[in-house]
Amino acid sequence: MTDLTKLTIAGARDLLKKGEITARELTEAHIASVEAADALNAYIAKTPELALEQADKADAKIKAGEQKGMTGIPVGIKDLFATKGVHTQACSHILDGFKPEYESTVSQKLWDDGAVMLGKLNMDEFAMGSSNETSFYGPVKNPWRRGDTDTVPGGSSGGSVASVAGFAAMGATASDTGGSIRQPASFTGTFGIKPTYGRCSRYGMVAFASSLDQAGTITRTVRDGAIMLESISGFDAKDSTSVDMAVPNFEAALTGDIRGMKIGIPQEYHLAGMPGEIEALWHQGIEWMKAAGAEVVDINLPHTKYALPTYYIVAPAEASSNLARYDGVRYGLRETVNGGGLVDMYEATRAAGFGDEVKRRIMIGTYVLSAGYYDAYYLKAQKVRQLIANDFKRAFEKVDAILTPTAPSAAFAPGEKSDDPIAMYLNDVFTVPASLAGLPGSSVPVGLDANGLPLGLQILGKPWDEETVFKVSGVMEEAANFTAKPAEWWR
Amino acid sequence: MSDIDKATVAKIARLARIKIEEDKLEALAGELNNILGWVEQLDEVNTDDIQPMSSVVDAKLRWRLDEVTDGDKQESVLKNAPNAEYGFFAVPKVIE
Repeated sequence: MTDLTKLTIAGARDLLKKGEITARELTEAHIASVEAADALNAYIAKTPELALEQADKADAKIKAGEQKGMTGIPVGIKDLFATKGVHTQACSHILDGFKPEYESTVSQKLWDDGAVMLGKLNMDEFAMGSSNETSFYGPVKNPWRRGDTDTVPGGSSGGSVASVAGFAAMGATASDTGGSIRQPASFTGTFGIKPTYGRCSRYGMVAFASSLDQAGTITRTVRDGAIMLESISGFDAKDSTSVDMAVPNFEAALTGDIRGMKIGIPQEYHLAGMPGEIEALWHQGIEWMKAAGAEVVDINLPHTKYALPTYYIVAPAEASSNLARYDGVRYGLRETVNGGGLVDMYEATRAAGFGDEVKRRIMIGTYVLSAGYYDAYYLKAQKVRQLIANDFKRAFEKVDAILTPTAPSAAFAPGEKSDDPIAMYLNDVFTVPASLAGLPGSSVPVGLDANGLPLGLQILGKPWDEETVFKVSGVMEEAANFTAKPAEWWR
Repeated sequence: MSDIDKATVAKIARLARIKIEEDKLEALAGELNNILGWVEQLDEVNTDDIQPMSSVVDAKLRWRLDEVTDGDKQESVLKNAPNAEYGFFAVPKVIE
């Protein structure tokens, strides 16, 4: 019997349909694989009993001829999606013991389609981080190593990518605020897609920066991403920023035909000091696009260098107000001070409950929103954000998609960047601009660096045009023929 | 522009309701100054006549009838409370 955990979602779907495997078998194989992957620290809560229950329901659905793309497919859920009665803490100490009384729309859509939950996935605390080192539950290890040295899986969706790259889930939900899907996908040789802002409901997603947060998926192939993203997309009255638009059949967009399509290459993304192999891989990607019949066009996105500083005003500002709700009153951790009052409780709870990076961002956000500084920082940043969005708008008058590297480096070792916040922030230099503009984007694994670590290329599309992102991603995937797998040292 | 000293950090911490120990203020001031100094490169950008972005999608906020659509979930609402008494959230004494 073949190892069921090595199947793609599309492959498993076909075998389930033919009755050659059952959802229960598929789920049992994955539960064993989750157990064997403890060394990765990808899962912070496991739900094997629920998984088997859901698998049996999926088998009944399949028998009844009601199979959908995700029916019977075992997935992991990032810890920031509320799952009813199951650990949901955004990997923060301040949400200790929190078990929501409701389900996030994204996860509910998966269960409605018959998907199977293996457990909750590790992440940077409140999705603030690019290496999964800020989690209260400890760092996640990347299945890919640099020789014998551990590397980080990227962040904030570190558990999502490690579980999928480590064959401990067929797919995983993830979320992107400034690159938290695409950058970790690049670090782990997985496919990550962040759709247009408003495509997926944010209901039941723990909020970080509400004008940026968007759900997405991590899978091992582009086709799997199309199947899973379609399942979680769609209008939801419970999220006022969810947009009422029909969800296309993303899988149908994978025609392999990009002839005549115009692909933009932003000149501002040629960063000084970027490793030569990333430049080379980007160049290779351009050649693949040309070989497939696309026309490659140089474009300019002049405000690119201002995207990161803009992001590090907007995101902390929104975070400081979103995270004001964690006060020790209604849920999670409560720390009281002997003889102290309510304010002492707030201050003690938040001091004990938040990690250093979260505190840093709340403090920055509080400062830039405070009286006398609002115009100089926050308003200024929102204006520059408009200029960044205008850059993309102008570029997309000339091109159908944009091709860039996903990240300026391959996965690094734990601790390498955690002492210098700005060095850590630079990880997201290529992903943040599109997040600020609300655009759909993917990261496709295309090769390995000299140390044997995966590298990805990023494909950006127009608002609501995930189909083109998938189409170009599919062509890139086929041309790159990335078949490398990590040595399974964690088993 | 930014020159955050210990007193300012203490003020921000108070506004953010995060207790920061006195011996941590100096280091935090350094970190915040570094980050703010870095974001201040935005001052180079001419933003005259640019409207600040308020939303990335051109969507109007939806309207609905002003009627109750949810509620009557006291038990659920209190389920995760660190301390709930008599159907309320209980907190330390507020009035001296």
